[in-house]
Amino acid sequence: MMNAFLAPIQQWLGPVFPLLWTLLKIVLILVPLMLSVAYLTFWERKVLGWMHVRIGPNRVGPWGLLQPIADGLKLFFKEVILPKVADRELYFVGPVLAIAPALAMWAVIPFSDGWVLANIDAGVLYLLAVGSIGVYGIIIAGWASNSKYAFLGAMRSSAQMISYEVAMGLALISVLMVSSSLNLSAIVHAQAHGYFAAQGIGFLSWNWLPLLPVFAVYLISGVAELNRAPFDVVEGESEIVAGHMVEYSGMSFAMFFLAEYANMILVAAMVSVFFLGGWLSPVGFLPDGFFWLAVKISAVLFFFLWIRATFPRYRYDQIMRLGWKVFVPLTLVWILVVGVWMMSPLTIWK
Amino acid sequence: MEFTTFLFYLFAAVMLFSALRVITARNPVHAVLFLVLAFFNAAGLWLLLQAEFLAIALIMVYVGAVMVLFLFVVMMLDINIERLRHGFWGHLPLGATIGAIMVVEMATVLTGKYFGLSNFPAHALPVGESNTKALARILFTDYVYPFELASVILLVAIIAAVMLTLRQRKDTKGMHPSDQVAVKRSDRLRIVAMASENESPATDSKGGTPV
Repeated sequence: MMNAFLAPIQQWLGPVFPLLWTLLKIVLILVPLMLSVAYLTFWERKVLGWMHVRIGPNRVGPWGLLQPIADGLKLFFKEVILPKVADRELYFVGPVLAIAPALAMWAVIPFSDGWVLANIDAGVLYLLAVGSIGVYGIIIAGWASNSKYAFLGAMRSSAQMISYEVAMGLALISVLMVSSSLNLSAIVHAQAHGYFAAQGIGFLSWNWLPLLPVFAVYLISGVAELNRAPFDVVEGESEIVAGHMVEYSGMSFAMFFLAEYANMILVAAMVSVFFLGGWLSPVGFLPDGFFWLAVKISAVLFFFLWIRATFPRYRYDQIMRLGWKVFVPLTLVWILVVGVWMMSPLTIWK
Repeated sequence: MEFTTFLFYLFAAVMLFSALRVITARNPVHAVLFLVLAFFNAAGLWLLLQAEFLAIALIMVYVGAVMVLFLFVVMMLDINIERLRHGFWGHLPLGATIGAIMVVEMATVLTGKYFGLSNFPAHALPVGESNTKALARILFTDYVYPFELASVILLVAIIAAVMLTLRQRKDTKGMHPSDQVAVKRSDRLRIVAMASENESPATDSKGGTPV
């Protein structure tokens, strides 16, 4: 039905069509994403407010709903300050390098069956590769600012991100083993089969249950990778003010902010796709669809906000210990367990 | 000109430019970042050759991990760039000779007339087979012993590197998380029962006792 509608346009535009069509799809992903980012900041302030028995933002617009728009306008009109001793070019490359991978990774996330910008075979590898570039934005920002606080923040951040990338990558290996594919759509499809899915309670067939320890490791590593509370020593206000962002103002600061929240939604989407069945419906009698992915992403995002309001900040050496001495061995052992399980007669993955 | 040809020239041009800037940049941090850009464009070239696993592994391993650590080291070092450039002209003949030898060797291999590169035709993948899968299949069947051997050697190298740099200084203060976790309330806290102490109840002018 879509093709019948598109065919005349395709004929009219000729060779330019694929380019324009891809650009349109990118816009269709990015505009809702940016709106979600804006309202995620609002939702975070509201949730934190309620958890602290406060009201949260309620002044701008009905129920404070225009608050993110007002914040955006304020940041937009603020002066972008360049410190005198900062590295002129790299100072502005930093925020761009922080936000670009956060947006580029959305290319391989499947929103529903077949709704994906680039349905590539090496989707998981692409996510890992582009995700590992994100750390450059922070290091460059920290160094180019030429400030001690910023540099300390950048060092903490990059050490933490590299450490938890190892745990996340190893956690994904178990997922790849049971779904025997690197394609994200195939990983979701693999979760639609199993004993429980045949009984009509599909949510017990998703990867989170057989891979429960790995799911926990991935979720917690995701929080650490995002540099969010309780792992937010990167921008620990009481120690190094705002970490790598301390010298930035106006839109250059806003870009770090956008990158952080876009990454939050992205990690939530990745958790949903790898462990929570993506767009699959939890029960047999309801149809699959994008709605379920949105629900799962929202639930994981709420979890991120919840632990921010609940847990005190980790000490830095304990963060490193958790990553290297707890999570990495745990995922390695679970790879072995899953391998033996898959080869045994008790296997649930056929 | 096909679009992929255009992409090839674009990636190649940016790669050559950034490779040149690696050795000409005045600031060592800029040089490292140009090296990252060169890696990135090399990965783009590999993608054009349909070697997507190698391309992504290059970004993941070199750009995502190795160069980050390299950048760390360069940022922390106080490199005097003027002293570094001091011997540039003196070392140029040797460097140029080595470079020329490398170019000649590469040309010998790539032109194929003498080396016979054309005897190794491009491995045609069956339709629907991903490059990653094909690579894994060969690596874990035909070449499983060399592969495992290489990984064990790497593991030994990692442990050796850690052991070489691990020095236990006497004045280092460290924590033992297992001891911290195992601590009980009775180790840290002693509740003493005693009668409350008051200062001698001083009566103020109104006759009440101060709170």
